[in-house]
Amino acid sequence: MLKLFKNLTKKDFTYILTCTILIVFQVWLELRMPDYMSTITRLVETEGSRITDILINGGYMMLCAFGSLISAIIVGYFSTHLASNFSKNLRNKLFSKVLKLSTKEIKEFSTSSLITRTTNDITQVEMLLSMGLQMIIKAPIMAVWAIFKIINKGLEWSILTGVCVLILLSTIGILMKIVIPRFARVQKLIDQINGVTRENLTGIRVIRAFNAESFQKSRFEQTNSDLTSMQLFNQRCFAIMQPVMMLIMNGLTLGIYFIGAFLIEEALISTKITLFSNMVVFSSYGMQVISSFLMLAMIFMILPRASISANRINEVLLTDETIKEGDFDGNTKEEGTVEFKNVSFKYPDADEYLLKNITFKVNKGETIAFIGSTGSGKSTLINLVPRFYDATDGEVLIDGVNVKDYKSEALNNKLGYVSQKAVLFTGSVYDNVSFGENGKEKISLEQVKEAVRVAQGSEFVEKMADTYDAHIARGGTNISGGQKQRLSIARAIARKPEIYIFDDAFSALDYKTDATLRKELKNYTKDATILIVAQRIGTILNADKIVVLDHGEMVGVGTHKELLKTCAVYKEIALSQLSKEELENA
Amino acid sequence: MPRPNRGMQTEKSKDFVGSMKRLLKNLNPWKFLLTLSICLAIFSAIIALITPNQLSKLTDTITKGITPQTDKLQMIREQIPKQLKQSTIEEKMYTIATSLEIENEDKMAFSRILEKMEQTADDQTLFALMIQIPDSVLRVLLEDITVEKTIISVEDQITFLNLLKETNNENDLEKLDSLPPSIYQLVKPSIPINEVKILAIFIGTLYLISALFHYIESFSLTTISNKFAKKLRTSISDKINVLPLKYFDNHETGDVLSRVTNDVDMIAQNLNNSLATLVTSLTLFIGSIIMMFTTSGILAITAIFSSLIGFVFMSLILSHSQKYFSRRQKELGNMNGYIEEMYSGLTIVKTYNGTKKAIQEFNTLNDKLYDANCKSQFLSGLMMPIMNFVGNLGYVAVCLVGALLVQKNLITFGVIIAFIIYVRMFTNPLSQIAQAMSALQSTAAAGERVFEFLDEEELTSEKQITNYLDKNKVKGTIEFKNVRFGYTDKKTIINNFNAKVHPGEKIAIVGPTGAGKTTMVNLLMKFYEINEGDILIDGVSIHNLTRENIHTLFCMVLQDTWLFDGTIQENIRFNQENVSDEEIWNACKYVGIDHFIKTLPGGLNAKLSDNDTVSSGQKQLFTIARGMLEHAPFLILDEATSNVDTRTEELVSSAMDKLMKGKTSFIIAHRLSTIKNADLILVMNEGNIIETGTHEELMKQKGFYEKLYNSQFESIS
Repeated sequence: MLKLFKNLTKKDFTYILTCTILIVFQVWLELRMPDYMSTITRLVETEGSRITDILINGGYMMLCAFGSLISAIIVGYFSTHLASNFSKNLRNKLFSKVLKLSTKEIKEFSTSSLITRTTNDITQVEMLLSMGLQMIIKAPIMAVWAIFKIINKGLEWSILTGVCVLILLSTIGILMKIVIPRFARVQKLIDQINGVTRENLTGIRVIRAFNAESFQKSRFEQTNSDLTSMQLFNQRCFAIMQPVMMLIMNGLTLGIYFIGAFLIEEALISTKITLFSNMVVFSSYGMQVISSFLMLAMIFMILPRASISANRINEVLLTDETIKEGDFDGNTKEEGTVEFKNVSFKYPDADEYLLKNITFKVNKGETIAFIGSTGSGKSTLINLVPRFYDATDGEVLIDGVNVKDYKSEALNNKLGYVSQKAVLFTGSVYDNVSFGENGKEKISLEQVKEAVRVAQGSEFVEKMADTYDAHIARGGTNISGGQKQRLSIARAIARKPEIYIFDDAFSALDYKTDATLRKELKNYTKDATILIVAQRIGTILNADKIVVLDHGEMVGVGTHKELLKTCAVYKEIALSQLSKEELENA
Repeated sequence: MPRPNRGMQTEKSKDFVGSMKRLLKNLNPWKFLLTLSICLAIFSAIIALITPNQLSKLTDTITKGITPQTDKLQMIREQIPKQLKQSTIEEKMYTIATSLEIENEDKMAFSRILEKMEQTADDQTLFALMIQIPDSVLRVLLEDITVEKTIISVEDQITFLNLLKETNNENDLEKLDSLPPSIYQLVKPSIPINEVKILAIFIGTLYLISALFHYIESFSLTTISNKFAKKLRTSISDKINVLPLKYFDNHETGDVLSRVTNDVDMIAQNLNNSLATLVTSLTLFIGSIIMMFTTSGILAITAIFSSLIGFVFMSLILSHSQKYFSRRQKELGNMNGYIEEMYSGLTIVKTYNGTKKAIQEFNTLNDKLYDANCKSQFLSGLMMPIMNFVGNLGYVAVCLVGALLVQKNLITFGVIIAFIIYVRMFTNPLSQIAQAMSALQSTAAAGERVFEFLDEEELTSEKQITNYLDKNKVKGTIEFKNVRFGYTDKKTIINNFNAKVHPGEKIAIVGPTGAGKTTMVNLLMKFYEINEGDILIDGVSIHNLTRENIHTLFCMVLQDTWLFDGTIQENIRFNQENVSDEEIWNACKYVGIDHFIKTLPGGLNAKLSDNDTVSSGQKQLFTIARGMLEHAPFLILDEATSNVDTRTEELVSSAMDKLMKGKTSFIIAHRLSTIKNADLILVMNEGNIIETGTHEELMKQKGFYEKLYNSQFESIS
């Protein structure tokens, strides 16, 4: 938590200082008010006092009240600005940091967790600042000041107040001790309820087909009961809180009066009146003491949540970036070559290598395809080129230079990457296809149109209401999967990269579109090097080089025809998709 | 304190009264507890209204013991001179003259005073003279007197007179403290301690009772709201099972989910908090108004008027801030959406060098959010100080007007004290009522969403169906007779479809994505009701079979690899409780997933959860294994192997072939290689069955199927 507050700027601290001064002023005013109140009460009580006296004191009291209001408004202004500004800066910092994280780190955190960290967690911390800042400053000042005002006005009363504060704090303490660990469990159970319901919804056909409704119902009811009883316990515990608070507050007043009655009775006649007015003052200040301790307790109640959030934010901010960019600007003599030299790869904490000793080279204008069964490592291999991961051993060279030496911008300028799952952003078709920067000038509408044409998307884009200005909804939900994929391919084409990387990008397309698209692409980008990961034999039939992977090892390199003869694994894959005759005819 | 719920927008319900009524109706099972807690809430509010009066009584009682009883002093003052009548002085003159204890000096002083006394008749002067009589003389002159049953000795009288000598002001309190004990006892003000004790015990008991009631009330309400929430969740979950699949076509999972959690939570929480608050506040509010008007009309109007000024001011701010609140909510939504989008597409953002622009865009959104945040938070933060101010304003106004009234003898002082408390009681509930009402508004809105879901049309009832097909006796014929079906009334998807499938045949349904292949499965499984025509299973119309019966006849493996949170074993066994562990292991071997399971910690007992260790292909194999255990006469494979790579698929399909042996099976696939050997291929496009026949027949037709089939071999060159 404290680490996070290091992000506060000098300006923030002047804000805090101003707030503190104003709050001191406010507390002073607020503690003045009971004095005026008792004066007014006394004036009203004594017969024959003049209305003007009441008016004057009333006026003073209103001045105090008004002053406190104004100062509260100013403090409110500063503290909200402080909190909003803090959260704004923190959000910005976190967002920029996440953009720098590598695939490995993102996987470790998980995307959804990163999202909640950037949104919810920051809001939590912001809440603490905007609500808590005032309380954290005000409560101790108020408590100390009020205590000073009453400390020498009666030992017995002070002891009583102390006891009340003690009871208050221990009640809250015990409750927190009991309930807080259970809160975490409740959160888990809510997640579980969500989980089971999600299961029931997504698996509705399976459940019905298996007549498993009652099976699922019992699973749901189990969680439902657990959740309910946990919630019941928590809330029943918490239900004690308010009555106890009220009892303490009321009890304190009553206790002060009760003790006061005895004290006054035993006092000398000369001190009785002073004692009485002390009693009245004490009861109102005693209340202030209690309520400031209550405020402190409240801070301690929101503190744990905020501090968990703060830790989660810090975790991200303090993550070391494992993939650091080099300083090579990308001016190479060679163009369009990709070379793997004895590349092996494993995840940092894993024992097993996912890729072993991969070596190959592609030249400008060539197409290389990678094929293999699920888990053979073909996607992993291709991910080493845009540095989603770095090779554990060996070197990945682009245009003769190790990818680790490139500035990331320079490296990316050479690449056109298309992922298996099409990713589109909110915005127009044009925005999506012209996304990003490629080190050249901004991609024009003409270029976008051309790219979409090559990607076989012209037909559907031009059918849309606003054609290239048509709006793509969040996540591209308003167009079909195949259409999404075509646009994401167009996005790569529009960049005019030296090297294309298609990570199983054609699977979402039907055979026909797949074939035409690749034909057009080849015509359009004669000089570009193409790396394709594919499942369909049909997609890679005509590649210049096919790399066959099996359990992370290269078991064959060559053309389709060569591999059919030389590589058993390849032949197996091919035969699983096409019949013998078809293979020969192709 | 009227702090609007941060981050939560008050949603307006469409029919507030209707929804609240329905919510309350649903609370019927807890009628007793609910009535109890409402009664208790009213009760504690009434106690809260009573206690201030008692407390001021206590104050009054204590006040009795503050001011010394100076009237007693007066009485003593009057009594002492009475002893010095002319006759008594003369009587004692001799004693004084002869007394050896009295010094001559004193005797002379006394005679001088006597002379002066004889010349005056004024009591005041007489008393002043008497004080100057020397003590020694007084000792002779005075005798013990009795005032209010207290005997005051001569010595005490002398001390008293001497004290009076030293001061002109009889009420000088410090002098009072040195009074001789007998007189002190008389003068000393005394608090009726017994009365104090009784009052304190009474008030303390009231506080205790009130606290106890408060707790019982909260306890009951918590119980009600949580049990109610549980019931709602169960109803929603049950409802999911009886809704036609059609419902889920037009409703998102997230929507139903948020009803189960968010909406139900909202209802439970608000019922818990607002109901009691509302009842208590209303009672306090009305009670304080009644109390005020019965005590003093003018003061009541003053108090209400001064508070109202504050409330007008506050509602102005509130309505103004509402705008910023919805703006903040909107900006927050935009921001979160943007973050989600960027994080999910991070690889693309990075590889396309979109980082710079993403940060730029983010900053614009962030600035907007900052602005809306500042304004809405600031305005909502104003509420508390303003409320305090209103309270103080009311206080001063009541004191001023009250004092005026006291002067004109229209009211007594006690009325003002009572009013000061009533003002507090009046202003606090108002804001709480406003808050509770807005909370109930959102409760009603949430209730509407829940009830709307619960009111959705359910699957048709099957109670009248008595036919039953035993899955062990079914031969396996299926006949489609003039089947017509459309998901909506407007668009018919399947028009007059006829086909007969014989036992053990393999039927394939092919076509591009979105062609409606799954529709056939939906009809077979009676997930949807056909509009016209009939499907006969072993000659029995599916209209005459329960859905449950039909489901026992089919073994179905779907494209989405649906697994629940549990162990592998639990997932494969699912609801088929009579399946032995051995059978499960055999099924795993069949689909070739046994090696993988062995590598997992715990083997079959390994937990399946969202992690990377199990690929979608492996998940699919689990679902196939699950399907295998069902031993049903019909088999439906809906893209069952789409997530498995082609080599694994080969392995699986050999297992499948074994599985399909003797069973009538329906296979949906987009990999055409898998279905070439089907007995009948149904080719679908845009929702229609456009071609039917075997592979060879369809290839000869040179129609859609042939094109579809050949497209996979089209080469680039």
